[in-house]
Amino acid sequence: MSKLFIIGFKDLRVMFRDRAALILMLAAPFVLTLGLGLVTGGFNQSTGAVSNIPVVVVNNDDGMLGQSLANLFASAELNDLFDVTREPDAAAARRLVDEGTTAAAVLIPAGFTGSIIPDSQTGQSGDLVRVEVYRDPGRPVSSGVAQAVVESFISQVETGRIGGQIAVEQLLASGAILPADIPQVVQTMSHGPAGQADRDIIQVRNTATDAAGPNEIDPMAFLAPGMAMLFLMYTVSLGGRSILDERREGTLARMLSTPTRGSQVLTGKTFGIYFVGVAQMMILIVASSLLFRLDWGDPLAVFVLVLSIVAGAAGWGLLLAAVAKTPSQVSSVGMAMALLFGLIGGSFFGGTITGPLGTLSKITPNSWGQDGFAMLARGDSLVDLLPVIAALWIMCFVLVGVAVAIFNRKGMLQR
Amino acid sequence: MASLVEVKNLVRKFGDNTAVADISFTIEEGEVFSLLGPNGAGKTTTISMLSCLLEPTAGDASVGGFSVTSQPLQVKNVIGVVPQEIALYDDLTALENLMFWGRMYGMGGAALKQRVSEVLEQVGLADRAKERVKTYSGGMKRRINIGVGLLHRPRLLFMDEPTVGIDPQSRRNILDSVKELNRQGMTVLYTTHYMEEAEELSTRVGIIDHGKLIALGTQRELTKLVGEMDTLRLHLNDGDDVASLADGLRSLPEVIQATTLDHQIALIVPDAQEALPPALSKSMDLGYKVRSVDIEEPNLEAVFLHLTGRALRD
Repeated sequence: MSKLFIIGFKDLRVMFRDRAALILMLAAPFVLTLGLGLVTGGFNQSTGAVSNIPVVVVNNDDGMLGQSLANLFASAELNDLFDVTREPDAAAARRLVDEGTTAAAVLIPAGFTGSIIPDSQTGQSGDLVRVEVYRDPGRPVSSGVAQAVVESFISQVETGRIGGQIAVEQLLASGAILPADIPQVVQTMSHGPAGQADRDIIQVRNTATDAAGPNEIDPMAFLAPGMAMLFLMYTVSLGGRSILDERREGTLARMLSTPTRGSQVLTGKTFGIYFVGVAQMMILIVASSLLFRLDWGDPLAVFVLVLSIVAGAAGWGLLLAAVAKTPSQVSSVGMAMALLFGLIGGSFFGGTITGPLGTLSKITPNSWGQDGFAMLARGDSLVDLLPVIAALWIMCFVLVGVAVAIFNRKGMLQR
Repeated sequence: MASLVEVKNLVRKFGDNTAVADISFTIEEGEVFSLLGPNGAGKTTTISMLSCLLEPTAGDASVGGFSVTSQPLQVKNVIGVVPQEIALYDDLTALENLMFWGRMYGMGGAALKQRVSEVLEQVGLADRAKERVKTYSGGMKRRINIGVGLLHRPRLLFMDEPTVGIDPQSRRNILDSVKELNRQGMTVLYTTHYMEEAEELSTRVGIIDHGKLIALGTQRELTKLVGEMDTLRLHLNDGDDVASLADGLRSLPEVIQATTLDHQIALIVPDAQEALPPALSKSMDLGYKVRSVDIEEPNLEAVFLHLTGRALRD
């Protein structure tokens, strides 16, 4: 096993044995997210107290299913849950979502009923058409509820179809229809969308990334990543501190007395900071997905973004260790850095800072990370994230380069 | 046959301060070679240069035929290092510590597990291997600290003051371990400021002070430096002006040298029996009451006293 991984995994193990560090790395972000979520009302939606979700319904289907779905949203049972607006034009409905006026648009196209229920005269279903749920990713819970209602409706329709199929078989068994009629009946039952998954009848789309107006962002969508990155900065400062701790406690010298180069030891320590940071971010993301029902976006893109954010942050941790003289100096400066970066990087309030402070915020992984997570929440792909990822890795290489130069000048890892 | 260690005119400066000043010596295979000297004498700096942690300002040394200045990685494969401080990870168990350090020495797989078990047995901590090091006593930590240095079966073991700050039982255990390792064929470079340890363990002793190697040889060779002199140690009361009394005692014709340490005065004398009455008499004349007297035959402490005019623990 490479020395880099040996040192890195050792650091990961040591860090996860430290209860105080674990509290700050994992528990504190959750508590803060929870607290700020309560203050900003971000939990009203995710704790089951969801109500008056603004939804626009466009029903261009003249059949019974379209009418039923539209009526479902306006039904007495869902009256408290949704604040429904009827809109004849799909484009106008999408615009309402883009502008943040409504959480989702349910677009029922013409021919929806005909694509599912065979025509009584011809016995044929029409071509497949899909109900579209156009969502505002900034309001993941609200728009998710609207989507869930549509999915449930489609599921019931499918159940009814399958029930009908069973009924035909029973009619055959009882002699109510003749075997000669079976091919005709089967063709009728299997034609069209029958046998396809419910999801095929629903198309879920998120708002475009270049939506014209500012959306009303669900506080949770920026609070959770913001807090995760705030405490990531603290974690990387702990990692940087561990280099000076190891120097003080003699384990750094002992590592250098083994057949290991100074550059390997430094890289291994950097790997350690990196592993711990990635583990922390992924634990927080998975846990917030489960506990807060937060949709972070495409999992692969989220993972790549996390790798990049932690790289940028690890660069800062290493630089901090290089310039500091004592472990306690790293702790105090690290805490200040975490708060400052969180503040100017948008971890506390989301959005983008403009002006000189906005330009300055680009030195923080928080700012780039916040942008990246916002893009993913809007439904952007990994390709769209490339500028953010590139910026974070450039930040990493520049900071690590400077740190290595300082370490060399100090002669800390000379052999 | 070439020596296992050849130190040639080694110098190390920190700014204007010269920590090691042009020292040269050799260590032969199978020896226990002790560097004896007070704190700050340059022992740790010397070991740091020989273990490739510090680059010499001048001079060079070869270890196992490899230069510490140009072939550090090869040197590191020959040596095991037991540092003065306990260089372990407190939050890891003894087993995890040994596995980590074994991997750092390039070991792995079943061979590493086997070797870790052997070392745990050797240091007497096999039954507590899965406990975190932070739960260990100081002596137990020292034993694991030594165990790490033995993992890869080095030809040469550097032990830098391994008994500092531990209880007598653990100290005894460590000294016995060093003797056993040497009996098994391991060469040891041992630094200490305890004269008794150097006397008990060493094949040869180098006495170092202010960065200079001021004497080198077997114990017999070194004690010859002070001739057949005895050491007369006078214990005085708290508050006594030992420096003043030492000045007074130096005027006696029977006293060759007088040095002070805490509430003691050490007198180098040709014959302790002969020098004792006048020394006591002089003390009483000067108004001091001697609480007790020790008479010591020539030893390394006396050698150091003779060469530097100071006690080892000054």
